Amino acid sequence: MTLTDTPGALSTEPPGAVPARGQSQRRRPGRPRGRAASILGLTPFAFYVLAFLALPTAIALTTAFFDSAGGFTLDNVATLFDPLILDTFVSSFWISALTAVIGAVVGALVCYALLGARPDGALRMMIESASSVLAQFGGVMLAFAFIATIGVQGLITVMLRSQFGLDIYADGVWLYALPGLILPYIYFQVPLMVITFMPALDGLKPQWAEANATLGGSRFTYWRRIAGPILAPAFFGSLLLLFANAFSGYATAAALISQGSQIVPLQIRSALISETVLGRSNMAGALALGMIAVMIVVMTAYSILQKRTTRWQR
Amino acid sequence: MTNPQGAAVVLTDVTKSFAGHRALDGVNLAVEPGEFIALLGPSGCGKTTALRALAGLENVDAGSIHIDGKDATDAPANKRDLGMVFQSYSLFPHMTAAENVEFGLRMRRVGAEDRRRRAAAALKMVGLDGHSDRYSHEQSGGQQQRVALARALVTEPRVLLLDEPLSALDAKVRVQLRDEIRRIQTELGITTIFVTHDQEEALAVADRVAVMRDGRIEQIGTPEELYRRPATPFVAQFVGLSNRVAGTVEGDTVLVLGQRLPLLEPSTTPDGPASVLIRPEDITLAAPDSSDAGLLRGRVLSTSFLGSLRRSQIQLADGTVLAVQHPVRDDPAPGAEVALALARVPVAVADTDTDTDTANVAVESSQS
Amino acid sequence: MSRTAPSIGAAPSRVTRGLILGIIGALFAIPIIAMIEFSLRDGLAGGYTLSHWTSLVDPASVAKYRSLTTGLGNSLLLAVVTVGIVLLLLLPTMILVQLRFPRLRRVLEFICIIPITVPAIVLVVGLAPVYRFIGSIFGSSIWTLAFAYGITVLPYAYRTLASNLGALDAITLSEAARSLGAGWPSVLWRVLLPNLRRGILAASFISVAVVLGEYTIASLLSRQNLQTAILLISKSDPYVAVIFALLSLLLVFLLLLVIGKVGTRRPGARSSKPSSKPDLTQGVAS
Repeated sequence: MTLTDTPGALSTEPPGAVPARGQSQRRRPGRPRGRAASILGLTPFAFYVLAFLALPTAIALTTAFFDSAGGFTLDNVATLFDPLILDTFVSSFWISALTAVIGAVVGALVCYALLGARPDGALRMMIESASSVLAQFGGVMLAFAFIATIGVQGLITVMLRSQFGLDIYADGVWLYALPGLILPYIYFQVPLMVITFMPALDGLKPQWAEANATLGGSRFTYWRRIAGPILAPAFFGSLLLLFANAFSGYATAAALISQGSQIVPLQIRSALISETVLGRSNMAGALALGMIAVMIVVMTAYSILQKRTTRWQR
Repeated sequence: MTNPQGAAVVLTDVTKSFAGHRALDGVNLAVEPGEFIALLGPSGCGKTTALRALAGLENVDAGSIHIDGKDATDAPANKRDLGMVFQSYSLFPHMTAAENVEFGLRMRRVGAEDRRRRAAAALKMVGLDGHSDRYSHEQSGGQQQRVALARALVTEPRVLLLDEPLSALDAKVRVQLRDEIRRIQTELGITTIFVTHDQEEALAVADRVAVMRDGRIEQIGTPEELYRRPATPFVAQFVGLSNRVAGTVEGDTVLVLGQRLPLLEPSTTPDGPASVLIRPEDITLAAPDSSDAGLLRGRVLSTSFLGSLRRSQIQLADGTVLAVQHPVRDDPAPGAEVALALARVPVAVADTDTDTDTANVAVESSQS
Repeated sequence: MSRTAPSIGAAPSRVTRGLILGIIGALFAIPIIAMIEFSLRDGLAGGYTLSHWTSLVDPASVAKYRSLTTGLGNSLLLAVVTVGIVLLLLLPTMILVQLRFPRLRRVLEFICIIPITVPAIVLVVGLAPVYRFIGSIFGSSIWTLAFAYGITVLPYAYRTLASNLGALDAITLSEAARSLGAGWPSVLWRVLLPNLRRGILAASFISVAVVLGEYTIASLLSRQNLQTAILLISKSDPYVAVIFALLSLLLVFLLLLVIGKVGTRRPGARSSKPSSKPDLTQGVAS
């Protein structure tokens, strides 16, 4: 996967939307004799997913437990707790968290600004199209854009230096190191937030605002007591998606950072590339295991949170 | 719950346009304290806009709104102290029924203890005892609207506004809740304005019905007045079912089906050919062997059983098809020859503006 | 009707909206402008030139950009095969599940969303041995990479198709067609697919967009595609690399614009095209 993820895959369904009832109870139009054929029809896709999703994932995770000679070992997994490796996990985590939070807040602000604009109007169309493009705008191209912008000879770097006497690289060039990832990551996180969070805002029913008003509530009350709580699950769902998106991102970092492996995906790169070095490919497996573990912890935390806070949702 | 004193509501020359379209074109309406008024009309007639203007959900371009004698034209919605029930989906989905009902009290800084007590009483009043912990997705449409009604009433507002609250419900629940709204309204004596496009609903519950068309009130009166003495052809067509029959206006009478009937509004009806509106209940079945010369002769096309009465489609010799309402015990078979008697009551003439191609349509439903 | 409503709603005022969108929009335009500016620079000498753009169409430089054209060609081939996987493998499965195994719908959805939690970089670790095996069967031609890409586009394609399929009452439609005498092939071909055109188109475009931007898997499995080629050429000619980045950005923008257009087309507008309507009467004939 590149740097972007599915819009609205997590709980960003419009709140209060009534699901099509009775769909699942519907009588199926099949007859028993067609059933075997139907099951057969599912096999190609099942086989495909097994071969190219389940198998690679399983391989990636199990290689962690073997040494280069094929014997079982916990050494690779133990290496995950090496302070150096732990550091990259911490770096990956905070850069993902930071850009996710900034992206979510700024993106939500854009969504708010679009509220009340006609859904089929030119403004909405333009911003939604631009957001989809920029959310897809990961990797190599994004790295170039930022090199052209804030590289040593970048447009903004040069402008700040010549016009304001400001040298953003006075303390050394940080674009090709960890801090350099922050701005590019935000650049795709904000649009991703816009496209995942906007449907939730669209789901706010005008009647809620009107009911609030006729019952004596102010606009502030509306946001605090109605829109805020209703949007919260979708907001945190999108935030999590943004986190996962940044955490698994590889291409931008790979194109920008050629020396050192400051984040986990880059560690995996160096482990894979130096495959000739004994035992390193199993190290990549251990790192992959670590990444999945972080993802699972985050997802689980989220689903627990979701269950606790949203009994009112279906 | 105490009896809130209903407030008088007066709309004077209220005008409102949306992008060039006149949604309200000088609406004048005076509602007595404690009165139940229905705003009735086809979609786009401005009835909902009038209600929303009254609630403060729309600004008006011109005219004034007085509630309880005070000018409320520019008062913000949250300061008008009105209760409103919306068409659907207006319950806050993240709150239980009780929390929804308590919301308005919370806005009025009512203490927690008091809030709980009053919310429970309001839910009990609408027949939802024991439903206080339900979220709206756990309730049926009818139950949701009951909660919405409790929520609107619990703050003891001066006026209750109902914006097609029943239109999303099943027929049976609809009638139930309609009657219940009327019962609660009578009990509380609260001034109520009810918007609907369903004439049967309006006639059934309201003290007075205001028929709206193109942003104006066409006629306001008791259900019976509207039905028996429609002031305009539009009202005559919109309220109740009518047969449309070709006839000729001469002075203050009209010649139709070989009979001369008085006109309801002779002053506004020019002489000449016209479509005459005849209520199905003003035509009765007579014995086929009757020799009365004033009777119309026809053949039964079809007949449908409507529970308390039967309605038959009868084709006359000249091809005209008439709908006739008659007691259930008369059960003419299709193809049977029957005789019809026309009641000598004043009739209205159809509006030429809204005259659609109804050449051979016997029954015009207000809903169609 | 509440567009001109007094301030009861959630919507911001005109000024607030303009301010927020203006500031954020301007900030987001900077990198794009910087890329354009960069592509016009005349080396280190300063000043501006169009020569980097014109050299693209210069026959003399064809050899110089061979790796780029190869990469572009590979990416386009991969896009086609990936769309094929989506339409021939995913779509029939989704329709089958919708019609015959409604209870499996959640399972299918779960499977299709997994690639979000399994980063491409993790997938690559396990894909390496899988591709060593594939290489022994199909050889190491580039198109086999599309199997992996099919997995990465799964969440996108699934979402787009699912929203279209969900809006359609596929069961009733197929029951109606069957009751009119249509066989299953007619149901699929004459009733369901015409109604799914929007979703199919959108899923195809989004797949193409994703494949054209893919770098991780290709680079770590040592294959050549558009992105690896751009990175490679940036070492020798950064201007051309930036120009290509701009061009592919433009291409993706156009693709997504088409999706937007297709996606917002009203049912009413759609039905004015006779071909997109399910033609039940034709179903009877077959």
